[in-house]
Amino acid sequence: MSMNEVIAVLAAIFVAPIIGGIVAGIDRKVTARLQGRYGPPLLQPFYDVFKLFGKEKMIVNYWQIICAYMYLAADVLTVVLLALQSDLLLIFFVLAVGGVFLVIGALAAESPYSQIGAQRELIQMLTYEPLLILVFVGIYLETGSFKISDIIANYHEPLLLSLPLLFVVLGYALVIKLKKSPFDIATSHHAHQEIVKGVLTEYSGPYLAIIEISHWYETVFILGLCALFWHTNFIWMAVLLVVTYFGEVLVDNICARLTWRWMLPHAWTGGLIMSFANYFWIYEKIK
Amino acid sequence: MKSFINKSRVKSPWLIHFDCGSCNGCDIEVLACLTPVYDIERFGILNVGNPKHADILVVTGTVNHRNKKALRNVYDQMPEPKVVVAVGACGTTGGIFREAYNVVGGVDKIIPVDAYVSGCAAKPESIIDGVIIALGKLAEKGKKVDQGIFERLENTQNFIKNR
Ligand code: SF4
Repeated sequence: MSMNEVIAVLAAIFVAPIIGGIVAGIDRKVTARLQGRYGPPLLQPFYDVFKLFGKEKMIVNYWQIICAYMYLAADVLTVVLLALQSDLLLIFFVLAVGGVFLVIGALAAESPYSQIGAQRELIQMLTYEPLLILVFVGIYLETGSFKISDIIANYHEPLLLSLPLLFVVLGYALVIKLKKSPFDIATSHHAHQEIVKGVLTEYSGPYLAIIEISHWYETVFILGLCALFWHTNFIWMAVLLVVTYFGEVLVDNICARLTWRWMLPHAWTGGLIMSFANYFWIYEKIK
Repeated sequence: MKSFINKSRVKSPWLIHFDCGSCNGCDIEVLACLTPVYDIERFGILNVGNPKHADILVVTGTVNHRNKKALRNVYDQMPEPKVVVAVGACGTTGGIFREAYNVVGGVDKIIPVDAYVSGCAAKPESIIDGVIIALGKLAEKGKKVDQGIFERLENTQNFIKNR
């Protein structure tokens, strides 16, 4: 391991949650402003998490503890792999493992609310994972590699220009992954939308805090993935990230939530059509 | 670290609203606190639907023999530290339903209450006030969580003794 890699790993582990927490704070502030409210302070997510760490440990069974920690570990690992510019497919599988552990933890409790939440979370995973794979395949077709380091080294124009439709598909998948409205089916950040609290019903106190921190890592991972679409210029990358995230918050606020019966077919047909249109475009260009 | 956690407790209270046989007058006022006019999220207060995530239990309405078990159950599911706010004339004393055959009385007949909000229906402003008073108690209780179980239950013991 070179010095740079060590620094990248440390940054991924220690800086990523701070960025993720601040992004979550901005998210809540912007959401409040869009709803005509003043909104909580910027550091509110940190207060929430530290408060949760200070609460009594209340568990239903020991599986929940393992699952919460595994979920955190998987999410940290995705961010670390991203920082090490590793293989996109490997990152994808680690991400999937993390998601599965969240579901297992919810299924381990007998509460019907968390069971329903877990089933819905599985359906959400079923929806966004093929879309993510389609996006990664598109990146491969365009650049000839799944490895992020190769892409950055050998490909010298923004991916967004050749994969605009796939970026839309990625945005679609990420709304589902971040559980924002209209796809906040498994659990919701807003009060009183989900049956009790969906997958998160049975996690409480410090374990909920761990899951919250994993969400911050996830946010950073997702922003990193979007950044890959404009890796050539730092300023445009930042603009792209801000626009994408603001778009997601906007969609979150103007949409009512939908059922999974709507989500699954529409996400798949829309995603497939756009991906294949984009593949066709790449194919024509290469030819 | 500990002091930051204690500060966070006051800055991020999540409340659960339990309707214990209210006439819905007080419920609507509690929900009004969430609207842009009052916006309790300014104080970091979130309205959660899950007792396992909540710090503050806001109870509206009288307790009757049917729902006292439910109230007890919701209270027991909340992890420490936790506080209870009784809202409205009904929540504090039983209100106009006090003499009814099925009514037990105020919330404090069943669980320990930390702050009382008067009014029929209670104004959103006074509900927010009551929650803020409860937050002071939450900070005190927070310090106790780190102590042993007997110190923690001191309040409850006193309450039972004085009843
Ligand atoms: S205090 Fe008044 S408004 Fe509130 S629940 Fe009782 S009767 Fe209804």
